[in-house]
Amino acid sequence: MRHSIWTYILVMALVSYAIRVTPLTLIRRQITNRFLRSFLYYVPYVTLAVMTFPAIVTAARSPWAGGAALLVGVALAWCGQSLFTVASACCLTVFALELVL
Amino acid sequence: MNTEHNTSGQQLLRGMRDGLPIALGYFAVAFTLGIAARNAGLGPLHGLVSSLLVNASAGQYAGYAMIAADATLWEMAAMILVANARYFLMSCALSQKFSPETPFYHRLLVGFDVTDELFGLAIAQEGWLPPVYMYGAMMLAMPGWASGTALGIAAGSVLPARLVSALSVAIYGMFIAVIIPPARKDRIVGVFVALSFLFSWLFSVLPLVRDISEGLRTILLTILLASAAAVLFPVKDEGADA
Repeated sequence: MRHSIWTYILVMALVSYAIRVTPLTLIRRQITNRFLRSFLYYVPYVTLAVMTFPAIVTAARSPWAGGAALLVGVALAWCGQSLFTVASACCLTVFALELVL
Repeated sequence: MNTEHNTSGQQLLRGMRDGLPIALGYFAVAFTLGIAARNAGLGPLHGLVSSLLVNASAGQYAGYAMIAADATLWEMAAMILVANARYFLMSCALSQKFSPETPFYHRLLVGFDVTDELFGLAIAQEGWLPPVYMYGAMMLAMPGWASGTALGIAAGSVLPARLVSALSVAIYGMFIAVIIPPARKDRIVGVFVALSFLFSWLFSVLPLVRDISEGLRTILLTILLASAAAVLFPVKDEGADA
């Protein structure tokens, strides 16, 4: 072993924290540039959407259950259900469907 | 959506309520992460501490793989940088959610746990982000993540696979709950959420691009699609609230 596991963990922690905290500490003011403002407005929705699909379909053991969870989640969120309700309903959908599939 | 001004205590409780499903999802995911960590030679205490300090699923998977490969510290740093680069973009967006009156140290504390899920919670807040709300969510999410990792290392595969499977979609359910209501309200956001689904799927099946790692895919598509949206449909309001 070249280094102690604790040394590796320290490097992991320092690099991760630097990535997260650098923008938060350097960008202290409201950005006025219209393109950047618009870009940052769209970033969260695009990022989260890219991470959700197709990952949700492959996360469950059965892709059908994962796909059904996506539909159930979108329908409930469209109707304005809370975070907790939507997330729980997705889990229950997968659990129930995998019992019968 | 809760728009009224609440006391710190209420914000904390609200954060804990929204953090609970995250903590449960984290526990399940971290449990499987723990199995990977165990294979890399880590003990439960290594898992607990690394999860408390790093808070990144893909990043930790990659990091444990580097430990198993006996990598150099530079290789480790480079791997973590690439695997976690999307948090840089998220933190840029998050920097705009802090009120000018919020003391600086809150940025250092909230920044400690910018994860996909907690970022989702933060941007779902209307107006400025109350840091105390984030602390409420972190109070549950961080122990869930860390204890899941440690137990995964210690206990291996005790949790039934069926339960892990069901819990593993909790995180995506959360993302859906964050992105769909704004997509309904703002048609442009809706179109770009649909385009994100489409491109993400295309990038996972088409030859050549499907070899790009998931972390890099997220970064590339975010820059590509959010830039396109910003050029074609720049936001109009000059108000502070995103």
